[in-house]
Amino acid sequence: MAERTVLDVQSVVKRFGGLLAVDQLSFAVRQNEVLGLIGPNGSGKTTVLNLISGVFKPTTGDIYLDDRLISDRPARHIARAGVGRTFQLVRILPSLTVLENVMAGAVFGHKRLWGREARKYAERQLERVGMAHAMGMATAALTYIDEKRVELARALASDPRVLLLDEWLAGLNPTELQTGIALIRSLREEGRSIVLVEHVMDAIRSLCDRCVVMSGGVKIAEGAPAETLADREVIRAYLGDEDA
Amino acid sequence: MDILITGILLGATYSLIAMGLTLQYGVARIMNLANGEMLVAGAFGAFWVFTAQQASPFAAALVVVPGAFALNWLIYRYLLRPLVRRAKNRGMLEVDSILATFGMSFVLVGIMLMVFGGGYFTYSYLAEPFEILGSPFALNRVVACLVAVAISGLLYWGLNGTRTGMALRALAVDPAAAGLVAIDVPRMSAFSFALGGAVTAAGGIVLSTFLTMDASIGVVFTMKALIIVIMGGVGDVRGAIVAAVILGLAETAVASLIDPGLTLAAAYLLFVLVLLLRPEGLFGRRQS
Amino acid sequence: MSRAEIRSLTLAAAAFALLAFLPFLKDSGYLLSVSVSIAMYTVLATSWALFSGPTHYISLATAAFYGLGAYVVAAGIGAISYPLLLALAGTAGAVLALAVGVTTLRLTGVYFVIFTLGLAELIRQVVTWVQNNLTGSRGMYVFTEITERIIYWELLGLAALVYLVGWLVARSRLGFALHIIGNDELVAAHVGINSAAAKLILFVISGVFAAVVGAVMAPRYTYIEPSIVYSPELSFQVVIMALLGGAHRLWGPLVGVIPFALLWELIAARFPTQTVLLLGVAFLLIVYLIPHGVVGRIEFALERLRWGTRRG
Repeated sequence: MAERTVLDVQSVVKRFGGLLAVDQLSFAVRQNEVLGLIGPNGSGKTTVLNLISGVFKPTTGDIYLDDRLISDRPARHIARAGVGRTFQLVRILPSLTVLENVMAGAVFGHKRLWGREARKYAERQLERVGMAHAMGMATAALTYIDEKRVELARALASDPRVLLLDEWLAGLNPTELQTGIALIRSLREEGRSIVLVEHVMDAIRSLCDRCVVMSGGVKIAEGAPAETLADREVIRAYLGDEDA
Repeated sequence: MDILITGILLGATYSLIAMGLTLQYGVARIMNLANGEMLVAGAFGAFWVFTAQQASPFAAALVVVPGAFALNWLIYRYLLRPLVRRAKNRGMLEVDSILATFGMSFVLVGIMLMVFGGGYFTYSYLAEPFEILGSPFALNRVVACLVAVAISGLLYWGLNGTRTGMALRALAVDPAAAGLVAIDVPRMSAFSFALGGAVTAAGGIVLSTFLTMDASIGVVFTMKALIIVIMGGVGDVRGAIVAAVILGLAETAVASLIDPGLTLAAAYLLFVLVLLLRPEGLFGRRQS
Repeated sequence: MSRAEIRSLTLAAAAFALLAFLPFLKDSGYLLSVSVSIAMYTVLATSWALFSGPTHYISLATAAFYGLGAYVVAAGIGAISYPLLLALAGTAGAVLALAVGVTTLRLTGVYFVIFTLGLAELIRQVVTWVQNNLTGSRGMYVFTEITERIIYWELLGLAALVYLVGWLVARSRLGFALHIIGNDELVAAHVGINSAAAKLILFVISGVFAAVVGAVMAPRYTYIEPSIVYSPELSFQVVIMALLGGAHRLWGPLVGVIPFALLWELIAARFPTQTVLLLGVAFLLIVYLIPHGVVGRIEFALERLRWGTRRG
């Protein structure tokens, strides 16, 4: 564990009016690391991703990328600094072609490519997620799974240091799941840091180096997947008191 | 002191208009740019009743309010409902409804120009002094204020004390969720839009007792209503009332200290301040 | 630049050159006056669509900018040279657009629409007040040597410029950014786009064009008063024409401007008292029946035809 810390979340609190969505959450993600952010529905996982990517600002607390404070910057600066993400409900740009969707990531991210260079770069990202055949297609023709791939390619096109994946593996069939897991693993091997919000337990076990478990906006456990998933409190959070 | 009281009197009347728009925008999700024209139509109704029928302008409410309700219901049912159905998301509905109601505002102005001509309309009703705290105020303004407060109170009770009111409030918060708890969303939206139109027309009657109107002045009232709704926070009745009084005060101050021709400028100034300082509304919670 | 691009550029240049000879035709009086109004609406509707087409932010303030430009000329004519006045009008338009944009464009579209809705009326009130209290007259006379021919050429030049700007924007990063913003603003922010700045630039461009058009048209009025140049109908007509043609293509508004301007000449002559009503009805018909404009309809039909032949 000698890798350096890339993303550092420091005692972050997020309130929506009277609702405390995230309470004093701290964790760090190192280079070459896949961190699983897990917990029951409504535990605040997506809110954490939204805080990191700049959709919301933390009520209190700080988030650092490579020791640079990013949590008081707007989303566009955070994206340019090297944070890429996918969304839980896929957000494809409907009136753009598949290739243009991916180019969007390469043109305005910290890569800032343009013209042929951007197009070629985007094509390679599409190949990488297995969507090379769909390049010129209109997005309306895509299946849900393909939309997810295109969205990942868009995030990759900005060459992010930190990649936030919000239930990207949900809804895949077993074969697709294996391909997806292999893909994410290869991204880690390139030196990226990945935060994975996920419910697919197989994926969490085989991919994550560490897990942070949230419940009701609070971190209730952190550690290697096998031991955190066996933690009594974690089981109680997922299944309720009687089963614990 | 005079400015304070006149401003509050005016503001109370404005709050009525803002409530009309809140019902249409906050609940039925239609940004109605023809709102002001509905108000002017109500004012013309009152004018006609007063001059041609020699009756109290408030008697016009008997015809104007149900008429406006029916007209707005028809507008929603046959012109806006198709847009709601066509829209893929809230943004699209907003663009479409803005364009459609903008077109309607011109149609309404055109009809009123045809029927009533392009001149100014004013009549003299209860234009006698009435003393508050030792200084005289126009009785018509005082009566207008009282009527407006009575209607607002009735609406407030209706929204907070009845089953229908509760359904409307649920709709304002989340139309999708309202549908899940067996609220008939299309019907309630139509009802809300129609009620909003009726309230606006009633506001027009009230305003006509002391303001001069012409067929194309509607846009000014639309602006004022929109500014109040945004200042108060969309869907926030209490905020709208406070915002209406603030606008009434600001306009009265500008009108009596500088020039009556600059009231819209005063409204704009407030609008700019709100947009720069508190875009989420006076009592809105800041998304920090 | 690709061959196809060079070809369409050459064609466009040839078309403009040809149109420039129109005033030399015999008995061109009526034709010229219609052409002036077509050229004027082309510039206004196209520059409107440059901003509103990709962003879906509906600006109802064309008249505010137009009137501002006309007033700059009316106030400065005689004292300042005309070309300088045009530049001043453009600058005034840019300043107004910046002020409006900075206040409203970082918020959602509704605030922007509301703000622009009353803007012409606001400026009209302010100008009227200033005239009543400071100059003591209601209107101003604009006497110049500028003939309708010159106005026509000026507008033609502006039209060429608007197309050039639109074409350059569409090829640029900025154009791509606007396209993404129009699709999904959250995604735009997450790929690193500064939405507020992109929208502001385009709004300023369209504001400058509208103000300069107002300045160019000013000599045609001879007498200018607030209710003439700040007429809400102008904003309305511009929106109608752009939507009729189709705001998502650079040449879309032109397709709407030509038939509508001709139709309008007819309506204004035949039914002078019902213009407002008819405008409203025409607008509603367009919004309900051809939401993507004539160009959208044509593209849709072509698409179907292509699919049909491929299958057959």
